[in-house]
Amino acid sequence: MAVTIFLCFVGFVLGLSFYLGKKAKSAGGYFAAGGQIHWAVNGIAFAGDYLSAASFLGICGMIATKGYDGFLYSIGYLAGWIVALFVVAEPMKRMGKYTFTDALDAKFNSKGIQLVAALSTLIVSIFYLIPQMVGAGTLVEPLLHLPHYVGVIMVGLIVTFIVATAGMASTTYVQFLKGALLIVFSTWLTISVCQRGLTTSPTRVAQDENGKVHEIPHHDYGNITYTEAEGGAIVPGDGKYSFTGQTQTVKNETTGKVSDFVLLKNPDGNDNWWLKVTGKDGELMLSETATQTVRADSSRFINGRKAIGDERLQASYLSKIRGKANTSTGSVGPFEFLATICDEGTEIKHAGSPIKFEHDGNQITAYPIVSTAGSDMMVQGQKFKTKTFWEKINFVSLMLALFCGTAALPHILIRYYTVPSQAAARKSTILAIAAIGFFYILTMYMGMGAMLNCTVDPSDGNLSAPLLAKGFGIFLFAVISAIAFATVLGTVSGLIVAASGAVAHDIMDRYAGMELTDRGKVLSGKIAAAVVGVIAIILGILFQGVNVSFLVGWAFAVAASANLPAIIMILFWDKTTAKGVVASILSGIVSSLTIILLSPDMYAKYLGISVTEAVKFAPMGNLSNPGLISIPLSFIVLVVVSLMTGKKEAGEAA
Amino acid sequence: MLHEPAAKPSGPDHASGYKAKLGVYMFIVYALFYAGFVAIPLIDPELMKKQIVAGLNLATVYGFALIVFALVLALIYNGLCSAREASEEAKAADGEGK
Repeated sequence: MAVTIFLCFVGFVLGLSFYLGKKAKSAGGYFAAGGQIHWAVNGIAFAGDYLSAASFLGICGMIATKGYDGFLYSIGYLAGWIVALFVVAEPMKRMGKYTFTDALDAKFNSKGIQLVAALSTLIVSIFYLIPQMVGAGTLVEPLLHLPHYVGVIMVGLIVTFIVATAGMASTTYVQFLKGALLIVFSTWLTISVCQRGLTTSPTRVAQDENGKVHEIPHHDYGNITYTEAEGGAIVPGDGKYSFTGQTQTVKNETTGKVSDFVLLKNPDGNDNWWLKVTGKDGELMLSETATQTVRADSSRFINGRKAIGDERLQASYLSKIRGKANTSTGSVGPFEFLATICDEGTEIKHAGSPIKFEHDGNQITAYPIVSTAGSDMMVQGQKFKTKTFWEKINFVSLMLALFCGTAALPHILIRYYTVPSQAAARKSTILAIAAIGFFYILTMYMGMGAMLNCTVDPSDGNLSAPLLAKGFGIFLFAVISAIAFATVLGTVSGLIVAASGAVAHDIMDRYAGMELTDRGKVLSGKIAAAVVGVIAIILGILFQGVNVSFLVGWAFAVAASANLPAIIMILFWDKTTAKGVVASILSGIVSSLTIILLSPDMYAKYLGISVTEAVKFAPMGNLSNPGLISIPLSFIVLVVVSLMTGKKEAGEAA
Repeated sequence: MLHEPAAKPSGPDHASGYKAKLGVYMFIVYALFYAGFVAIPLIDPELMKKQIVAGLNLATVYGFALIVFALVLALIYNGLCSAREASEEAKAADGEGK
């Protein structure tokens, strides 16, 4: 049923896109039709444009795995609208220009600007494409039971084919439909989370090969003391557990860290791996890990028990609610839901970084279980710590890039200018802020709901929100996945058009002056779209498992560093010169990309280790977000170069 | 994104200078409020854990407040801009009438 609902919905949205796109083109321009679009429809369409896969999958996923740190993205993305509305939109409208490139071109008509602006559009589009492709793979996996890379390739091929053949218009009504449905179904999901309430023994669901849904009983990960007998035998402090005689020492070749595992027989009769740790008072302790074992015949085992169908690890749950174990709250209101988690007596058990090893020919992935107080989970610090100098820089950088990024994205402000009156444009934007803000508040409930209802897959946090929906029924799961998938298709399509346009139109035609026939232009556009599509597919596969909102944060940082200083200074500083703009855009691109490529998150990819471990190898420690360095640098470069070249350019113009 | 083309401006906008200035002032107000949110974890991270209202901690209340405040400012901005546009239009109409 899930696949049918999913395919019908995606087919309907695609069909509507083609139909309305074709109609808009044949209507001889927008203005007549545009005048009929109500500002409220345009406002929700605005929200539909903005709420990409990153918002639904990424933010919810990060909240589900890192708590409040994920909500920082919600706050930053929404705050960015203030910059867009108050600082950029109205002055740009006064200038009579509607895009970044338009505004730059109108003032200078410089070849250098045309090239760097196109380059910036291309790079930002590709950065924005990566999380969308990762999101596509994430959605396809639990729904169609296909590997992540198949989902990425599928979306890449479908969209590249659409763009290269017909094109797909992201029309107001399609975006309105997607935006409205996403908000409605997210509200439904949030209400369901509050109605279910909080419990220390949540169950989860899995679908077997025949599509039958099974409820998986709760598993409480234990901590016990032990002693070592002669000959190295382990004697658990709790008589309900027994030592199987098997141990495993794992040494990480890159970091040198050693982990000692012991295989115990649990009271339920299943064998699971426990990690040797040292207790608070120095006592010898064993801590049970969340373990997935894949045997040579490909059969999967979860915590020593044969997995049912698509069953995933139980990676997080409440172990205490307001100081009490084995309790439930029953249905709670929205404030009580969060207040209960904020309580100092509330404790959450969740999976840490995985340790992989081979034992008797079985591939084992063990996640140590960490206990965190609810009061710590509900403040920033699980992902973005602020203790060391670089951690502080990293946190401020993130918040700055999110604040400045929205107004610098090449495509986002276009809709502001598509209603005829200024009052209607502002009303649309205000409604968009209300709708997007409301959705972002819901992300807190969906994210924490996923964390505490055991629907987090520790290998890919992006799955959290769709899996949470699955816990409330297959219908909700299928519809929400379909909306998110349709959003991915629309966003990817728009980005590939923008990127291929930057190559074929801005660079080849306008900058290089290649005199192509109309047919040649179309062909070069299609080839560029195909090349960008292939790049997006490759990057989408490489970045599997990385939080999509985190990746969008990078796109925001590059956009804010490369584009925002140029936009702001053109609008507000008369002495801005073409050479200043070129230097600013280039320095923004180079500095932000350099910092990203040297970040611990990239080192984790290069070396195949966790981000926490990669911090030791990255040259700038914890610095993953470039904004605090690259955005001011780009402003300074623009001012300095403009002052140096101002008289010269004025002389040339005279 | 492929969108419908932009609508043409309906006529000269006499209130544009006022709107640009107002936008910058409102941006500064919001930026200061946002900066406070960013500064607290740098200066005193424990403060964010403090329960403020209805059992919710400062981090949650401040985060929600930033979202709601953005909407409130946008509504005020719209109200002031619309009022100025109406008065400028009335002035222009008076001028034409004379």
